[in-house]
Amino acid sequence: MDGPGRDPSTFPPYLYEAYRATTRRAPKQPLIPLPHTLSEITGPGPALSGALHQTVQGAASAEDSDLTTNMGTGTEAMGERIIVTGRVLDEGGTPLPNTLIEIWQANAAGRYRHRVDQHHAPLDPNFLGYGRCLTNKDGVYRLITIRPGAYPWQNHPNAWRPAHIHFSLFGSSWVSRLVTQMYFPGDPLQPLDPIFNSVPAAARARLIAQYAHDVTQDGYALGFRFDIVLHGPNATPFEPYETAQRATR
Amino acid sequence: MTRRDLTPPQTVGPFFHGGLLPEAMNVLVTGETAGERIRIEGCVYDGDGAPVSDALVEIWQANAAGRYRHPADRRSAPLDPAFTGFGRAGTDERGFYWLETIKPGRVPFDATRTQAPHLNVFVFARGLLDHLRTRLYFDDERTNTDDPVLRVVPQPRRPTLLAKHQTAGGRVIYRYDVVLQGDGETVFFTL
Ligand SMILES: [Fe+2]
Repeated sequence: MDGPGRDPSTFPPYLYEAYRATTRRAPKQPLIPLPHTLSEITGPGPALSGALHQTVQGAASAEDSDLTTNMGTGTEAMGERIIVTGRVLDEGGTPLPNTLIEIWQANAAGRYRHRVDQHHAPLDPNFLGYGRCLTNKDGVYRLITIRPGAYPWQNHPNAWRPAHIHFSLFGSSWVSRLVTQMYFPGDPLQPLDPIFNSVPAAARARLIAQYAHDVTQDGYALGFRFDIVLHGPNATPFEPYETAQRATR
Repeated sequence: MTRRDLTPPQTVGPFFHGGLLPEAMNVLVTGETAGERIRIEGCVYDGDGAPVSDALVEIWQANAAGRYRHPADRRSAPLDPAFTGFGRAGTDERGFYWLETIKPGRVPFDATRTQAPHLNVFVFARGLLDHLRTRLYFDDERTNTDDPVLRVVPQPRRPTLLAKHQTAGGRVIYRYDVVLQGDGETVFFTL
C-alpha cells in the first residue's frame, strides 16, 4: 500500500498497530501513484513565505521565532532556554531560502495550551507554545524556545511522549509538504514511543537534533542543530517538468 | 552534489491548532476575487464511520483562469491579485469542515492533455503517521471523463473523489466527505 513516492526506508507505514489510533484511521486500499503535474510541482510555499516576508519587513515581531517571549506578557516563559537552528535542504543538498516553518510544542511541564490537553501539569501564563519563522538566503532558520517536557498519553499503560517540537513546512511544491517532530538527543523515552518507532530504524536518527556547542550561547541558552530535508518534485533527469522545477528554486 | 536522506514525517497529533490555525484560513476569497463562488463542506470519518474531530484539511488550487500562484506556472493565464489558492480548515466534534473559495479553472496535465478542474487536498490527523494526499473533483463537471488522473483510478472508486453539487439559499455547495478507511474509503495517492 505504500507506493513509489513513499520510500519504505524513510516513511512510517500508515498502519502501525503499536500506535493505536492508526488502526481506525490508516487507509486499507492501495495508494495510487500520482504523476507530478503542474498541480503537484506548484504549491502554496512561495506565496505564503512571500506574504510573511512582507509582514516581517513591516513589523519585526511577525516572524514570531522567539517562543520564550511571544506570549507578549513581558515576562519570559519558564524552562530551560534553547536555540534550535538548522538548514532546510532538498534531496540534492540545495538549501531552500525563504521557506516557512511553523512550530508548536508543550511547555516545560509537558502541557499544551490547547482545550483538549487533559494533562494535570501547570500551564505557563508566559508561554504560548507556537510560532513560525522563515529560512534565510542560505536556507538557515533559527528559533528560540524552551525545552518541552515529556507528557503522558492514552495509547497504552504508562505511555509518555518523549520531548519533541512539532514542525510544519511547505517547501517549494505540494510534493515537498512535511509535518514532522524533532526530538532531543539522549532521551530514554524514544525507544518506548510508538510514534517515534513507527519510522524505520535507520531513519530515526534524522528526527533527533544534535547538541551543538557552537550554537550554545554563553550565559544564555543551549544550542541544538536540526536539518530538514524535503522531497522535491520528481528529480529524475528525464522528467518533462525538470525545467519548470528548476525555475522554482 | 551530496544526496540527502529525506526527513521522515510524523503525525500532526491532536494539539496542532495553535501552530497551524492561529487564525482562520478557510475563506480563500475576498469581494474582489474573480470566479464562481463555491463552498466546500463535508465530514471526515474513520474506519468505524465515527467522525474525526481532530483532522486538518488543506487545499491548494488554481484560480478561476486556471493559473497557479507559483513560479513554476509560467503560462500566460492571468494571476488574480485577490486569490492565493491555499486554504486550511480544522474539523469540529462532528468531523465537519468548510471552506469558501472559487471554482478553479483547468490546468494542463502534460504537453497535450488538460486536467478537469480540481483541488489538491491534504488530510492530517492524530493517528495519521504521514498526511494523506487526495484530490477533489466536481461531480457536475463533464470534463471529468477525460481527466488523466481520474482515469487511472479504478472506476468503482472514482466517486469518492467527486464533490457533490448542492444548492442551499442560492449558494453553491459541494459536499466532499473524506473516509479514511473502510466502506467508501476515499482514494489516496502517493506523490
Ligand atoms: Fe506533541
